[in-house]
Amino acid sequence: MTGDHTNQLPLADLHAAAGARFGAFAGWNMPLTYPAGVMKEHLHTREHVGLFDISHMKLFLVTGPGAADLINRACPLDARALDVKQSKYTFFLTEAAGIIDDLIITRLGDERFMVVANAGNAATDEAHLRTLAKDFDATIEPLDRVFIAIQGPEAAAVLGKAGLATEELFFMQGFEPRADWFMSRSGYTGEDGFEIGLPEADARELLGKILADERAMWIGLAARDSLRLEAGLCLHGNDITPDNDPASAGLMWAIPKDLRADGAFIGRAALATILADGAKQKRVGLKPEGRQPVRSGAELFDADSKLIGRVTSGGFGPSAGFPVAMGYVSTPLAKAGTRVFADVRGTKVPVDVHSLPFTQHRYRKG
Amino acid sequence: MTKTYFTEDHEWIRVEGDIATVGITDYAQEQLGDLVFVDLPESGRKLAKGDVAVVVESVKAASDVYAPIDGDITEANATLSSDPALVNSAATGDGWLWKMKIANAGQLDGLMDEAGYKAHIG
Repeated sequence: MTGDHTNQLPLADLHAAAGARFGAFAGWNMPLTYPAGVMKEHLHTREHVGLFDISHMKLFLVTGPGAADLINRACPLDARALDVKQSKYTFFLTEAAGIIDDLIITRLGDERFMVVANAGNAATDEAHLRTLAKDFDATIEPLDRVFIAIQGPEAAAVLGKAGLATEELFFMQGFEPRADWFMSRSGYTGEDGFEIGLPEADARELLGKILADERAMWIGLAARDSLRLEAGLCLHGNDITPDNDPASAGLMWAIPKDLRADGAFIGRAALATILADGAKQKRVGLKPEGRQPVRSGAELFDADSKLIGRVTSGGFGPSAGFPVAMGYVSTPLAKAGTRVFADVRGTKVPVDVHSLPFTQHRYRKG
Repeated sequence: MTKTYFTEDHEWIRVEGDIATVGITDYAQEQLGDLVFVDLPESGRKLAKGDVAVVVESVKAASDVYAPIDGDITEANATLSSDPALVNSAATGDGWLWKMKIANAGQLDGLMDEAGYKAHIG
């Protein structure tokens, strides 16, 4: 967080010209919606291409002979086992295995890694990495970039028309197509798509071409949230926090099995204990009955009115066509189809535990 | 003879005899964005000025709509349970929220007329 100061996006003028309505998020003044509105923006991304300014997120370049070892200490990841171009979803963990932040790390070279961190945690992440780096021969360089996400089934076609080749990348791969650029095939919508970090002047030139393509349109933070929620993706600060561990959060798929026993990562011992004892709560999808959304903070009860969990994200799923939510429930109730009840303004709304995602991922895998 | 009043909370109140029809303004629906659910009140509910009468829910957030005056609810707009987006497309017409029997007509004097409301939202 950045205290009282609100950061402005370098491309704020473009968003204002596009008619954006702005609001504060993680210390940044962000476009929330454009004149089309959250519903149309959401559906347009699933059908065509959504363009997101995600310059509030932070890119860190980690380089040096000790870069891989630093990452292996900071994250439950085997950085040496990554192929060049390979991206991995991972976390920084506390000693208690709490999730400090979730990240995407891409191997760019033998001793060169890109770390993509959440806006709200960027300062914490940087301080954490720098503290750990004292024990390793590694350099941490926060990058000053415009960061753009191009998401949707026609994303590759739109980028191709704008002169950017995408055939070299499959889902969860990234590289540096030219100096000071970083491009990956990844995203936060459940659709095929790309994220490109680049200098501001290059971004303006590229966006000029992309926005001339009628398949692409600006999408605000409101639809970014409904898209990721339907896709079952976590928002750090809501669905995962330093009070949640990867086992409870249902994110153990991101941790290589052999590391659980002998990995060098911070939090390994605590995580091993949690796994041995069994997580007490589990993150699950939640589908409210009817049309009334159930939102973050709503308490969840079983049929006997016993408190059994809490909603961490919730809203309406424009593609799903019904309200969607996620949250934590006590482990015995985490099975899909289990009926629980959410307290919404004093009324108990029936909610079914639902598998995630709500809308199928459509990634372009190799 | 009908007369329409406005509140600082972006509601409109159309008065016909002793019945007031209440909705949110076009400005308000634009601020809220696409509505996906309207939590409607039951007929007969007694409202005091300032009570939460209705909750309107957009994709992203839930927002309270307050009773602008005292009175009993005579009817809620049932169409909104199947078509909440009517509030977006016709905020000051078919997207009305509820009708109420006016308990204290004197409270209307403190509300704005259309010109006053337009000045209020700038």
